[in-house]
Order: sequence, then structure tokens, then C-alpha cells
Amino acid sequence: MSKVRVLVGTRKGAFVLTSDAKRERWEVSGPHFAGWEIYHVKGSPADPNRLYASQCSGWFGQIIQRSNDGGNTWEAPGGETTPAPGSMPAGASNKFVYDTSPETGKPITTHQWYDGTQHPWEFKRVWHLEPSLTDPDTVYAGVEDAALFRSTDGGQTWQELAGLRGHGSGPRWQPGAGGMCLHTILLDPSDPGRIFIAISAAGAFRSDDTGKTWRPINRGLKSEYIPDPTAEVGHCVHRIAMHRSRPGVLFMQKHWDVLRSDNAGDLWQEVSGNLPTDFGFVIDVHAHEPETIYVVPIKSDSEHFPPDGKLRVYRSRTGGNEWEALTKGLPQRDCYVNVLRDAMAVDSLDSCGVYFGTTGGQVYASTDAGDSWTPIVRDLPGVLSVEVQTLP
Amino acid sequence: MIRVILPAHLRTLARVDGEVKLDVEGQATQRSVLDALEACYPMLRGTIRDQVTQQRRPFLRFFACEEDLSHELPDAPLPDAVASGAEPLLIIGAIAGG
Repeated sequence: MSKVRVLVGTRKGAFVLTSDAKRERWEVSGPHFAGWEIYHVKGSPADPNRLYASQCSGWFGQIIQRSNDGGNTWEAPGGETTPAPGSMPAGASNKFVYDTSPETGKPITTHQWYDGTQHPWEFKRVWHLEPSLTDPDTVYAGVEDAALFRSTDGGQTWQELAGLRGHGSGPRWQPGAGGMCLHTILLDPSDPGRIFIAISAAGAFRSDDTGKTWRPINRGLKSEYIPDPTAEVGHCVHRIAMHRSRPGVLFMQKHWDVLRSDNAGDLWQEVSGNLPTDFGFVIDVHAHEPETIYVVPIKSDSEHFPPDGKLRVYRSRTGGNEWEALTKGLPQRDCYVNVLRDAMAVDSLDSCGVYFGTTGGQVYASTDAGDSWTPIVRDLPGVLSVEVQTLP
Repeated sequence: MIRVILPAHLRTLARVDGEVKLDVEGQATQRSVLDALEACYPMLRGTIRDQVTQQRRPFLRFFACEEDLSHELPDAPLPDAVASGAEPLLIIGAIAGG
């Protein structure tokens, strides 16, 4: 019988929630890395027992953790106390060094700061880890200050894909309120060379050559705070999602506005439709219905909680524009939590499961594609990320 | 033998209990002690001082013999009591956050 494993990153540790395919009874494992912020935990599609976790702290900085047994045990790759002879450099798994070498393009040393001045690029943390679709030892990391790194040795060492910062607009990127983070990495299952990423607040970018060169894909986005309606960069993209069967169709939750693109990001059109507010962070796609998408509307950019104190997931079965509120099992009064950008995921069981975590520490699950919801856990630390693995 | 007391989170990361005892070649300084510590426990690299600049992370402090040594130069000799192992070098996280 299939199993489901939900990987939850929180402000004070990681949790692994497991259930059989009925998804009625859950075992909760954790906290792993208690007391540390866990921005993201994700499993390898090529080896589901290989997990990667981003562990960080304001005191001690960034740590990368790796599990080879589905989250039962963890190690800092290359951090063993007695490195094997000839092994990769020990203790380098948390070494993220921006590439400023002339060989990989002109050194980029500054980006736009909040006050409009230029500011040096400074590594702060890893927001998102995206394992390769085919190789368990290859994993991408989206970091703050925004850049994309890749490891091909299981997270032991990291190299920047410097063409992203080097395509020319880097000095015009600026941080959003949460920092200048590269938070979304989508790998195209039909084209190994194609990668989509998104940065807050620079926008979305696409590579068609495995990350060597990049182009901004922000045409059609409109942001009130940007005077130029055709601005190439500067948009605060919160999240992008795709269905693996149609990787050319992208869905976006922007700071304000929900959008879709039917041409791999070349042009976007707004599909906010009848949403009560089109501000929000998460967006995801049903596992079997490529035109069924989910968002959690949040009141505004200054009030990060659901409108009217009602926690509602909105589902569109038409790829946007027409939305229905999903409320069964969700609090419909006095609810003032947020759902952060990496905190929604779906399983791939026949009846698609949808999961999301809140800043109030709840992880909600729906086993009927959103029609009804049940909390798996209610009292975790604030949830930063939710990922789901469907296991044989 | 140099004795080092790590903050709880770093003891967990390094999988050690209690004090760490290190053999340090040459003069005992912040740099030589941290070099020896990171050689024995590579997972601590980057957690006490920056991987690139080697500067102390801002929310950490170094204490010994009831003195704050955080602003001493990295190559300044540590107190004799630390060098002899009579007193430990304490690495302490700032009280901050929630």
C-alpha cells in the first residue's frame, strides 16, 4: 500500500509526518534540528529516501543536512568527524560563495538596496532546495541574497550558476520585505535544460541551457510600485507552480495578482477573477488535473492574514479566473495566520491530497482535492515549508 | 590540552557532550583553537566564524577567565589558564531572538 510522507520545515525544527494511503492516522517525527529554523526539506524524486534540509540560525548561520533513510537519521554532508581520504573538502557543505571570477562573466558585486543605493551581495541563508529529477546527488539551492547554486556531490560542495546574476539586470534587483531571496526552482521534466526560478523582488527567470544563461520572463506582470509598466525586473513574485504533464504552463502568485502563462513565461495574464483578494504567497496545481489550481488569499501586503478571519483555500478548476472557496474543516472565525510561499504541496494518490502549513503551526490536509480539510498537527512552531512525498 | 565549551546547538551539531578537548600546536590563540576545533569537527565550519572572511559571527562571543575576549585579535595569545587547560574557552551565543 502506498504511503505519504509530509516534510515540514518550521521556525524551530523539522517534522516528518507519515501515513498510509488512507491519510487518516499520522505519525509525527520530530523536532529534527530542534531550535533551528528549517526553511525547506525536500526529497529526491530519483531516490525518495534521500532528503535535503536547509537548517539555519541567526547565531550559527547556514547548515545543509542530508538523510539517506527518509528522515530517520541526518548528516551534514562532508561534515563527518573523520573524513575519508580523498573525500570532498570537509565542512564545505554550508559554504556558499558567490562566483565573481572573470571566467564566468563580469563580477557582480552589488544589487539595489531598500533606499535605492547599491549594496554588496551577502549570503544569508538557503530558502529552497530542489533535488534533480534524475540524480539523487544533484540538488539546486535558492539562496538569499538571491542566487542559484548547484551541488553534484550530494550537497558536499556548491557552485553558483553565475549566469543568473550575470545576465545584466542584477544591479537592479532589490529585496522584498522578507529579504532578496531566490525561493522557487522548477525543473522541467520534459526538457533537462530548462529551469525556472523566481526571486523576490526581481521576478521570474528561465534558463534553457541547464542554468548557463538566463532571461527574465516577466512580460505581462504589472506592479503598482514600479512606474514602468514594461519593467523587465523588479516584480515581487511570491511563487510559481507547474504541472509536470504541461511544463510550459506556469501559474504565479505575485505580491498582488494571480497569473498564468501558456508559453513558459514569455507572457503572463492575470487570472485573479473572483478571488476576495489576490494577495497571497502559495500556489499549487492538482496532481492529476493540470487546470485545477489552489491559492490561499491573504488580506493585503500590510495585513498578512486571511480576510475576515476566515481561513479559506480557493480552488479554480479552469486554470484561473473562476474560483471557489474551500472552507470545510478550516477555521471560519478569528483566524489570523499566514500561509508562506513554500508551505503548500500535493500528493499524487488517486484522490489528490493537498497540504498546507500555517504560521500558527497547523498543518492541514485534504484527501479529496480540497473539498474538506483536517489538521494533521495543530501546534507546531510556525510553518515555513511543506513538501509531500508519495511513496510506493 | 585546550578545553572549549560550545553552545548547546553546536554541541548537538558536532555530536558531543560536555566540553571539547583539543590538542593545539604552537601558541594558543583564537585562530589556532578554532582551526583545531574545525579540523576535528568539520561540521562546525562556518558556524562560529564566516567560511570566507573568517570573522566571528556577530551573535557569538568568546569568554575565558571571566573576561570577554571577543574583540581580541585572532592571533593574540589566549590567557595562560586557557593554554594550560586550567580554564575553558567559552563560546557563547548572544541572548537574542525568540
